[in-house]
Amino acid sequence: MSQVVAFPTPPPGGPPALSQGAQGQARGAESPFVRQVRNRLGDLALAISTGSAMALVLLILFVVIGDVIIHGSARFSLRFITSAPEQGMTAGGIFPALFGTVAMVVLMTLAVVPVGVATAIYLHEYAPAGSPVTRAVRIAVNNLAGVPSIVFGLFGLGFFIQFVGAGMDRIFMGGQKVFGQPALLWAALTMAILTMPVVIVATEEALRSVPRELREASLALGATKFQTVFRVVVPQGLPGILTGTILAISRGAGEVAPILFTGVAYFLPRLPATLHDQFMHLGNHVYVLSTQSPDVDATKPLLYATVLVLLILTFVLNLSAVVVRSRMRKRFAGAGH
Amino acid sequence: MPTTNGGPEVSTTSLSGLGRLRLARPPRWHGMAETLIKILALSAIAAVILIFVFVAKEALPLFYSAVIHKEVTLRQMWLAQQWPGYDAPDHIWQPVSEIPKYGVWPLVVGTIKVSFIAMLVGAPLGIGAALWVSQFARPRVREIVKPVVELLAGIPSVVLGFFALMVMATWMQDAFGLESRLNSLVAGVALSFAIIPVIFTISEEAFGAVPRSYVEASVALGAARWQTVVRVLLPAASPGIAAGVALGLGRAVGETMIVLMASGNAAILSGSLTESVRTLAATIAAELAEVVFGGAHYTVLFYLGTLLFISTFVVNSAGDWIIARMKRRLGMSS
Repeated sequence: MSQVVAFPTPPPGGPPALSQGAQGQARGAESPFVRQVRNRLGDLALAISTGSAMALVLLILFVVIGDVIIHGSARFSLRFITSAPEQGMTAGGIFPALFGTVAMVVLMTLAVVPVGVATAIYLHEYAPAGSPVTRAVRIAVNNLAGVPSIVFGLFGLGFFIQFVGAGMDRIFMGGQKVFGQPALLWAALTMAILTMPVVIVATEEALRSVPRELREASLALGATKFQTVFRVVVPQGLPGILTGTILAISRGAGEVAPILFTGVAYFLPRLPATLHDQFMHLGNHVYVLSTQSPDVDATKPLLYATVLVLLILTFVLNLSAVVVRSRMRKRFAGAGH
Repeated sequence: MPTTNGGPEVSTTSLSGLGRLRLARPPRWHGMAETLIKILALSAIAAVILIFVFVAKEALPLFYSAVIHKEVTLRQMWLAQQWPGYDAPDHIWQPVSEIPKYGVWPLVVGTIKVSFIAMLVGAPLGIGAALWVSQFARPRVREIVKPVVELLAGIPSVVLGFFALMVMATWMQDAFGLESRLNSLVAGVALSFAIIPVIFTISEEAFGAVPRSYVEASVALGAARWQTVVRVLLPAASPGIAAGVALGLGRAVGETMIVLMASGNAAILSGSLTESVRTLAATIAAELAEVVFGGAHYTVLFYLGTLLFISTFVVNSAGDWIIARMKRRLGMSS
């Protein structure tokens, strides 16, 4: 873990006489006083420049959040979250978008957590360190995390809809178009692949933080490898798995590009009832309302309130992930690790 | 002699106990579950391969299909074309016009311009903030600042795009007197908000990974803090910083929603940073919904997606490779 490097502050009144002499010889004409002033100024410049960078980053965050809260809270209410849009999106609420987001995210979680956790367990508990397979999986996970979200959208369209969905239609539906079109299921699966690295990385970190002694004690008691992993290690790592799941949900709730062509719709009169229905999504709602609205001023209050809901949703998720993770770290830090 | 002493009896029970222990074979499904785990672990590899195969597959007709070639060829996409009504050969992206034009250079240059601005703003802020945290922040402050910056990373890109479109564009137009409200400058600055956390987090880790002894040696030699930072800490952490910048760049090139909402989306080939601009990712997002499956436009958009996949793959791999090398050199297990 990173450590703050503490610099000893030079004693006031300059360095002792001996070092002054040495400095004078080494530096030639430069007097200790000039050197000291230069160093003070240099340190000050460093502190100011890096400090203002930090301040600016925090300012950006607070301005974005502040703007959304100030303009969004006017229309934000319980009715806004629980009612459907009315009058061409200029009145009413966003319930269908919220429902669609939650439905998609739940499906995504069901798909991504088992696969992500299994991958992490394999990487950390079973795979021999440094084997070609392990390295290939790691490279794949890293690269998966870097694939642009819009490319996931293309993939979802090309693979899930055109290949898997259309194939299912040919085999099970007698050529009737049921699965071979954008749907809740395909959007959720596309998003599951996008969020897989998040779950894998968080789970692996959790498994890594489980003390070795617990594994050794379990094995020494005669438990098999499998029993050790699933009765000792995984239960201990549950907070980490939870962190990863929460972060994945937060990511899935906010991403729009991957679902643009795989299942999202701007407006639907009915809530999705089956896996092959389309759905409304908060992020997509924000995108369409802010770019394709015929009357920006009329939709603006509603739009801000929608952004506020989306922001609250992701922040609550992210904050709880931070809390769960720091608790986990503290617990294992207390156990002598 | 059934009851002479307890010794042999005890030993038999313990032996039989051992025997029972050995006989307790794990149930069969344990082995099956372990096999399943191994198979699932390969899904990440399968995903990356499938993504490439299925995106590239849809772009492939561009290379051989005569039907597609009637409308567009790779040559027409990459070389300036003499279009009717224009004075000179030019690169033009107008896929939905009477004569569809698929010149990709305006999109490529647009992507480079926006990413460049994002890096120009984001890299100094991200690295500077990380340096502040590593040098000036007390542990308590650091414990607060780091999650707060992660919060910035948690803002959905559509929200950043919304903010850029609704608020920032107006501010910047008023401040600089720009002609077009949405332009590469607005999009680039908004994009930098998304990459700052990436660069910050990895740089902060890189500063933290510099061995204490390097810094102590520098201080012991009488160097001031700024000298230690400039001559020791930054050079030692430079691979990590480079990796952070590379991963930030990968994110910037591929980011879709921010640019789609804040750039104005006009495919103009120019060097100006204050003109409206259109990027590769935004083009795919904006146009794919309205194309004919398997048509020329569809194929071209998948081709752009493949380009995007390959370029981010290269940039990210470079970043990961640098990080792995740095960790190995510092003796950290990944």
